[in-house]
Amino acid sequence: MLRHTLNWLAQTGSVTRLSLETIIERKGACATSVFGIAGVVAVFVAVLSIAQGFRHVMTRSGDPTKAIILRSGSDTEMMSFFSGPESRLIADAPGVAHSAAGPLASRELFVVINLPKRSTGTDANVPLRGVSPNAFEVHDRLRIQQGRPFVPGRNEVIVGIGAAREFVGLDLGASIRVGRNDWTIVGLFTAEGGLAESEIWTDATMLQSAYQRGNSYQTVVVKLTSPQVFPAFQHALENDPRFQVKALLQTDYYIDQSRTVYNLITGLGTLIAALMAVGAVFGALNTMYTAVAARTREIATLRALGFGSSPVVVSILLESLLLALLGGLLGSAIAYWVFDGFRAATMNWQSFSQVAFAFRVTPSLLIQGILCATLIGLIGGLLPALRAARLPVARALREL
Amino acid sequence: MDSPPLPPPILIIEAVEKQFRRGTETLHILQGIDLQVRRGEFVALMGPSGSGKTTLLNLIGGLDRPSRGRVAIDDQRIDQLSDRRLAAWRARHVGFVFQLYNLLPVLTADRNVELPLLLTSLNKARRRQQVALALRVVGLTDRARHYPRQLSGGEQQRVGIARAIVTDPTLLLCDEPTGDLDRKSGDDILDLLQALNRDHGKTIIMVTHDPHASARATRTIYLNKGQLSATAVA
Ligand SMILES: Nc1ncnc2c1ncn2[C@@H]1O[C@H](COP(=O)(O)OP(=O)(O)OP(=O)(O)O)[C@@H](O)[C@H]1O
Ligand SMILES: [Mg+2]
Repeated sequence: MLRHTLNWLAQTGSVTRLSLETIIERKGACATSVFGIAGVVAVFVAVLSIAQGFRHVMTRSGDPTKAIILRSGSDTEMMSFFSGPESRLIADAPGVAHSAAGPLASRELFVVINLPKRSTGTDANVPLRGVSPNAFEVHDRLRIQQGRPFVPGRNEVIVGIGAAREFVGLDLGASIRVGRNDWTIVGLFTAEGGLAESEIWTDATMLQSAYQRGNSYQTVVVKLTSPQVFPAFQHALENDPRFQVKALLQTDYYIDQSRTVYNLITGLGTLIAALMAVGAVFGALNTMYTAVAARTREIATLRALGFGSSPVVVSILLESLLLALLGGLLGSAIAYWVFDGFRAATMNWQSFSQVAFAFRVTPSLLIQGILCATLIGLIGGLLPALRAARLPVARALREL
Repeated sequence: MDSPPLPPPILIIEAVEKQFRRGTETLHILQGIDLQVRRGEFVALMGPSGSGKTTLLNLIGGLDRPSRGRVAIDDQRIDQLSDRRLAAWRARHVGFVFQLYNLLPVLTADRNVELPLLLTSLNKARRRQQVALALRVVGLTDRARHYPRQLSGGEQQRVGIARAIVTDPTLLLCDEPTGDLDRKSGDDILDLLQALNRDHGKTIIMVTHDPHASARATRTIYLNKGQLSATAVA
């Protein structure tokens, strides 16, 4: 039995070496197959890296020591609403961290304004968020990169660097039209790659009056004393008879928010890749059929000399797999060099505004791409291999 | 004076028939073939084109199975073996020489000759020895590292013969080995086959159209209309 297996392996080894040595002579067809598969993998990985990049921004935005409070029944802050007194009561809930000035709670409202995109010149929505004066203590990942924070009570805004990159006119010192007045851009900020970088921030009170919102807010963001207090915090708020609210950890909130877009891009990417993969399978099939046809005589000769049919099958499959792997590696490399870090913006369908992000070609995506190539290679090699195996030797020899 | 006792038959064919299907009709190519070949014989098989010579040779070499009848070589029936067993049997018992040589173009002469040895348990050093020996027998020692395309037809056929004898098989089966060669190279090949038969005791069955070639054999048999005979049918 062992002897049998060793013999089989030796046969397979030598037949495979023979077929690999002939690749040079068939380099045209092989290159077509390799590049076809590389194309599929590159597109597959690139499209999925969009979804990864998008999700990355959304999860980056979350912080487990922060909670966001919405009116119950609203899935997004767009639909949420609190009166001024309600928002104050929320800020006083147990578990909220305090500074000398009071609870670390930012009462926020949110509008969208239209600005032309730098890339296309067409208008798109930019979130303009009004926050409490102590927002920088609550949103402690925010850093002013250039300029200074806005001063409460003035028509001043600060702009996230993602938004500044995406939109025309969001430069330090420039001004933008909000409501009836021009507001000055006094600072640019970063948020460790989070969603806030795609927004414009200002003083909530100024925004309320500019948009005639009275004393109303949409969300309250609080900093908790620790992530562990969240269940108690949530229980206290959601069972308070004075208002109907729901509390979410910021991390969960953002993952929720990104789900639609993530699934959409992933689904679309998989669909495009699947369609292209069908084409690549035919390319690989063609390559391997040609290879088998060109080698009918050699295969028949080897079989006449006593080589078994399964080593022939395996050698053809191995060759097809090898070409596919080459294609997969090439495609992954292309996707990595071209797309990793590539900057883009997309609609965040929950807030109907733009989210700036960078494509992320992660190691797991590269592995998925190579697996996809392997699959194409297997399918493309199987039929030609079986055909070669079924070839009756006597008949094949006389077809020469 | 007593003649030495005849060696026992190495090949016994009994009542062999072979049919092929072509569309709806059945072609009866071989109809009741009986044949015995003794060790050390050099048999020439002649007959008109399409008479079934290659078909018969394939049955003897285990490349195909008869529709009916028995084929035994060295007391072993091969007409019932599975494809896998037949392949293993071929590797040990027959050497094929083809009209068009059938060398692998990507391999040098010595690696072509080595191919059948890859199916044995010989190690690399032993294989090299055997290859060198076979190439010496066919007189191609100095062309060992040449590729088939760098060799003449006659030289390629000699590589083919070296490949066929390198495992020291029971039977050497040649299908028109000189069919694609000019007279001079053809004669060289026939000299070689004759020497293998006479000096090395090889049992050879050779299909040929050429009376010049069959004259080298120790016996000539004729295939016509599906039957074997000892004389040519006019
Ligand atoms: N696999 C097959 N299927 C159908 N017909 C076949 C098959 N193999 C051989 N034949 C037919 O059997 C007949 C005999 O063929 P074979 O090759 O044995 O003849 P041959 O005597 O070797 O001829 P030649 O001298 O031209 O080589 C031919 O008519 C051929 O077409
Ligand atoms: Mg023939």
